Amino acid sequence: MNMPMNPMPLNNSLLARAAGKLGPRASLGLGLLVLAVLVALPLLHLLPADSALHVSAYTLTLVGKILCYAVVALALDLVWGYAGMLSLGHGLFFALGGYAMGMYLMRESAGDGLPAFMTFLSWTELPWYWYGTSSFLWTLCLVVLAPGLLALVFGFFAFRSRIKGVYFSIMTQSLTFAGMLLFFRNETGFGGNNGFTSFRSILGFDITATGTRAVLFLCIVALLAGSLYLGLRLARSKFGRVLTALRDAENRLMFCGYDPRGYKLFIWVLSAVLCGLAGALYVPLVGIINPSEMSPTNSIEAAVWVALGGRGTLIGPLLGAGLVNGMKSWFTVAFPEYWLFFLGALFIVITLYLPKGVIGLLRKEKEQ
Amino acid sequence: MPTLLYRMLLSLALLLPLTSHAGDAADFVAASPARQAQLLESWAAAPDPARLPLLDALQNGRLVGDIAKQPFIEQDGRYVAVEDAAQPQGIPKKLRLNNRLRGLLATTQASHQLLDQDSTVRLAAARQLQKSAKPAQLALLDARLAAEDDKAVRDALALALANLQLVDSDPAVRLAAVRLLGESGEPLARTRLEALLASAESDSRVRKAAQTSLSQVERRLLLGELLGQAFSGLSLGSILLLAALGLAITFGLLGVINMAHGEMLMLGAYTTWLVQGAFQKFAPGYLDLYPLAALPVAFLVTAAIGMALERTVIRHLYGRPLETLLATWGISLILIQAVRVLFGAQNVEVANPSWLSGGLQLLPNLVLPYSRLAIIGFALFVVVLTWLLLNRTRLGLNVRAVTQNRNMAACCGVPTGRVDMLAFGLGSGIAGLGGVALSQIGNVGPDLGQSYIIDSFLVVVLGGVGQLAGTVMAASGLGIANKLLEPQIGAVLGKILILALIILFIQKRPQGLFALKGRVID
Amino acid sequence: MKRRPLLKSAFAASALMLSGLFPFTVQAAETIKVGILHSLSGTMAISETSLKDMALMTIEEINAKGGVNGKQLEAVVVDPASNWPLFAEKARQLLTQDKVDVVFGCWTSVSRKSVLPVFEELNGLLFYPVQYEGEELSPNVFYTGAAPNQQAIPAVEYLMSEDGGSAQRFFLLGTDYVYPRTTNKILRAYLKSKGVADKDIEEVYTPFGHSDYQTIVANIKKFSAGGKTAVISTVNGDSNVPFYKELASQGIAATDVPVVAFSVGEEELRGIDTKPLVGHLAAWNYFQSLENPANSEFVNKWQAYAKAKNLPGAAKAVTNDPMEATYVGIHMWAQAVEKAGSTSVDKVREALAGQSFEAPSGYTLTMDKTNHHLHKPVMIGEVQEDGQFSVVWQTEGPLRAQPWSPFIPGNDKKADYAVKGN
Repeated sequence: MNMPMNPMPLNNSLLARAAGKLGPRASLGLGLLVLAVLVALPLLHLLPADSALHVSAYTLTLVGKILCYAVVALALDLVWGYAGMLSLGHGLFFALGGYAMGMYLMRESAGDGLPAFMTFLSWTELPWYWYGTSSFLWTLCLVVLAPGLLALVFGFFAFRSRIKGVYFSIMTQSLTFAGMLLFFRNETGFGGNNGFTSFRSILGFDITATGTRAVLFLCIVALLAGSLYLGLRLARSKFGRVLTALRDAENRLMFCGYDPRGYKLFIWVLSAVLCGLAGALYVPLVGIINPSEMSPTNSIEAAVWVALGGRGTLIGPLLGAGLVNGMKSWFTVAFPEYWLFFLGALFIVITLYLPKGVIGLLRKEKEQ
Repeated sequence: MPTLLYRMLLSLALLLPLTSHAGDAADFVAASPARQAQLLESWAAAPDPARLPLLDALQNGRLVGDIAKQPFIEQDGRYVAVEDAAQPQGIPKKLRLNNRLRGLLATTQASHQLLDQDSTVRLAAARQLQKSAKPAQLALLDARLAAEDDKAVRDALALALANLQLVDSDPAVRLAAVRLLGESGEPLARTRLEALLASAESDSRVRKAAQTSLSQVERRLLLGELLGQAFSGLSLGSILLLAALGLAITFGLLGVINMAHGEMLMLGAYTTWLVQGAFQKFAPGYLDLYPLAALPVAFLVTAAIGMALERTVIRHLYGRPLETLLATWGISLILIQAVRVLFGAQNVEVANPSWLSGGLQLLPNLVLPYSRLAIIGFALFVVVLTWLLLNRTRLGLNVRAVTQNRNMAACCGVPTGRVDMLAFGLGSGIAGLGGVALSQIGNVGPDLGQSYIIDSFLVVVLGGVGQLAGTVMAASGLGIANKLLEPQIGAVLGKILILALIILFIQKRPQGLFALKGRVID
Repeated sequence: MKRRPLLKSAFAASALMLSGLFPFTVQAAETIKVGILHSLSGTMAISETSLKDMALMTIEEINAKGGVNGKQLEAVVVDPASNWPLFAEKARQLLTQDKVDVVFGCWTSVSRKSVLPVFEELNGLLFYPVQYEGEELSPNVFYTGAAPNQQAIPAVEYLMSEDGGSAQRFFLLGTDYVYPRTTNKILRAYLKSKGVADKDIEEVYTPFGHSDYQTIVANIKKFSAGGKTAVISTVNGDSNVPFYKELASQGIAATDVPVVAFSVGEEELRGIDTKPLVGHLAAWNYFQSLENPANSEFVNKWQAYAKAKNLPGAAKAVTNDPMEATYVGIHMWAQAVEKAGSTSVDKVREALAGQSFEAPSGYTLTMDKTNHHLHKPVMIGEVQEDGQFSVVWQTEGPLRAQPWSPFIPGNDKKADYAVKGN
């Protein structure tokens, strides 16, 4: 199951079902086809608006947003589905990556001056952690470093004292909650509740231009394909097997002479960095980053994407992210009041009846 | 002897208004707000018992005036003429006061009440005047002090007088006043003494006495502040405890990560609201008792919902803690939205009954609100009850048995399914009780539970799973730590710092403060 | 395994529903589409739901009178679910997919900031009905709520006056976000210009959803010992109940320390027992208790509407300032469309300048010729036992808005007309 998926949920589930029935070669072919569609989308966006094949900015941003979420779901699946650690704090890493990119965008639109919210707080110079953010290269480093380092420090302490299972989930949830409180403060220097908005340009290109949007979209597709490839290589390597063993019987693994800490830490940091990258691409696309991205609710929702699609598979989370977000976009227009009922019921139904998610359902069908 | 002269003048002044107050109400009703303020001030300096009904009517909002500016007092929907007015012309309008007039009215009322027969009324009046007496009332206070025979009222009056005597022309009077102020623990005394020291006080003895008095007052104020901080920490701790106790049972004993726990609190609070509504409708005379009636109702409602959830959803998920987490989160979303659809997204009004309003004045700068005192007591009561239930009843025995070894307990004939259900119901019911308490100090809205869930989990994790004592310690510890840090570094940084400390603490003791001893390994 | 086919078909069905992603718009012949962008779920639902209903009522009212330019209005309601990026997405959807001609919506500043680039990019039109911090003036937004000089400064003037209690010390308490910060910044500069020293101003911020006000109320008490004190509260919605309850239980009455609030209206008071709060103040541009024919018609209409639509809490339905601002905004837009004879954004924008409307506040409100804000009267209301306000003071007439407050350095260089990208 190694194909990048089309994010459009309608195609998505049909394709997945088809893939379930096809052999590996055919599914590879299908995967390539989907990739081709994804690459074609931004190109169609460049067509004039009255053309029949034109893809609107709305569709492109929506699909792009869902693709970013798919990367988060994939990253979460690496730690939850493969290594058995349910993180309820992945929204924090996502937001940190987003904030790093947001700092660059704010500097770019502020020109030589200070970002607007700082002049507003009567600050006269940049806080130290803002230095260098006008350079795109340093920003890219920050996008990786900020979530990576935080994950490293937290993971080091957590895994050293063998916090796992529910404890780990609760600690990660408190972590993202603390992050949210911290970023809500205006004195923290990240724009408080308003966060960063009103971006103008990225690398000198107008951020609302069709061309910029198309390139951004391609970057997201590339990130998704890259993470998928990475996940695939990891899952098939010895490293991946050790991770799965860790999930199923950590003590036995230790008795076999493995030290699980290094394995856990590596996959944990990798997952955080992937989230950070997704966040960094998400921000210029949707045009805002604000502390509510760190709210515990968002991170729990990400767990549902993974659970719905199917844990421990690489396609499942992508499918789940697409399905849930697609439904969200539709429900919040058609039946705004019932969206939470539906989401809640989804949580219950998946855990009770679909422990392996949609993928599990499809696989079972294939076996019959 | 200037004071003697004063007193003589005063007695004259006191006699004067008796002859000229016939039109007070009419004057007041006809006056502009500024003139009304002047009237109140002059009445305050020269009280007359005959004016008291007028002042009371004014304070209760029963004084009305018609278009001809004739005063009436409203009684049970009828308008009773105050002075010469005969019939109201048109519909009389209620006299609206603003805050300035309300303040002046309180002072005026107090100076009238100084003439009351009842010494407790006089004492309360003297206390009010300590805060708000104006220089024009100096003569009055002096006269009342001379006439007063009750010791407590005398002391209170002397203090009220001392406030005004700080600017007396006689250094000896000032000195006595300064010394007297040192005895009080009023926050206002500090301001007054500081103002005196900052002014051009020439007399060195007065200056020195003022210094001593000031440090005396400051010591008392500091004591009040420290006690206040400790109390607020304890109060926050008791709230955390009530929020977390139910969770300590469902999570600690059953291993169920109940993310819908916060919603049980919310349902408990909404039940309180419904019970309050029922009382308003069917038994308005007993409205004050509604929180007591709400307790059993909230317990039963939330326990029933909890048991229903356990039977339908959670039962299937034992042993899969991460999945219970997701499923119960789903339940919580549904419950929140259901409440929103049923009762609206807005908060609903839960009023404190009169016996939970106000507070106990312990020191001049330390008031312990009754609602918070009641919650602390209630939290202790619930803890003791839970402890008894778990340690002294058959159900408790069964719960503990199932917690320690489910299979063995089943082999010994413990109906594990039933025990699970009852224990879950108990946990949810206790959360419902917590909700009743929370409804007395904060919002009652659909999102109520969300704001407590993370704190509750931290309390349980810090306290050690399955340990009541640990939960109690952790809750009060977190509450006090939060309140100690808040004045220093602010509420947000304090919270973050505490979180970091918890993560570090768990390094040392991964099982929490009080860990079950055992050698179980998965 | 009988269950599976059912689930399978459920998924197939949900997949089909997703085709709603690419909305097929059935273009009913002669209607004008109006977008409504208020959160119906999540944390902001508490405030925004009633604005959505008010907008629907106003649209119904206009339709009953024959619509605009002979066409009926058609409301398109979406739910941005208190999620800021979703606000931008939904705004884009309304403008490009549903092709609405105008949008009424947003409550928080951050949601407005989130949709602003979308409206500027696509040249849409947004009416924003809530009092806010100013510091913004977009050609694509009309602000029908108050700017700081239409709410905060008159309130402080009142507090410093004799009738307001001649306050000398000010405790500025707010939730930590942009509106309180800006308001307090403006107030501090204003107070300084009136000769209030820095030591007599205390500024405190609490995080969102703060619910334990013990320490802060104790500090207020301590602060108020130093002279006649007033609290200026920009505490946000949900934190108000615990704050006022704590004030009452620690025995701080309005006569000692009056609290004037900028975010507490009739709707918020519904969730509070107001008996201990009598005498505390709020500053707005409209109160439900105003006595004039336009207002009693407005209130009656709303209460009847709430009952007819069976809205939650309909028995105690109240009107408040942002609801009035929504009502005024929709009517003004409709008038401008009639005047322009078209719904084109550029023409409507031009027609809106100088447009006026007999508002429920009892005044004739005028849209400024250049700065996209309404001229509004300011009123100070005292909380009454029944959860209503009684007006104790009001400005003589409507004030012109100053979105760029002169009390913030650098604003003197900003243009007083709408420019893109501020």
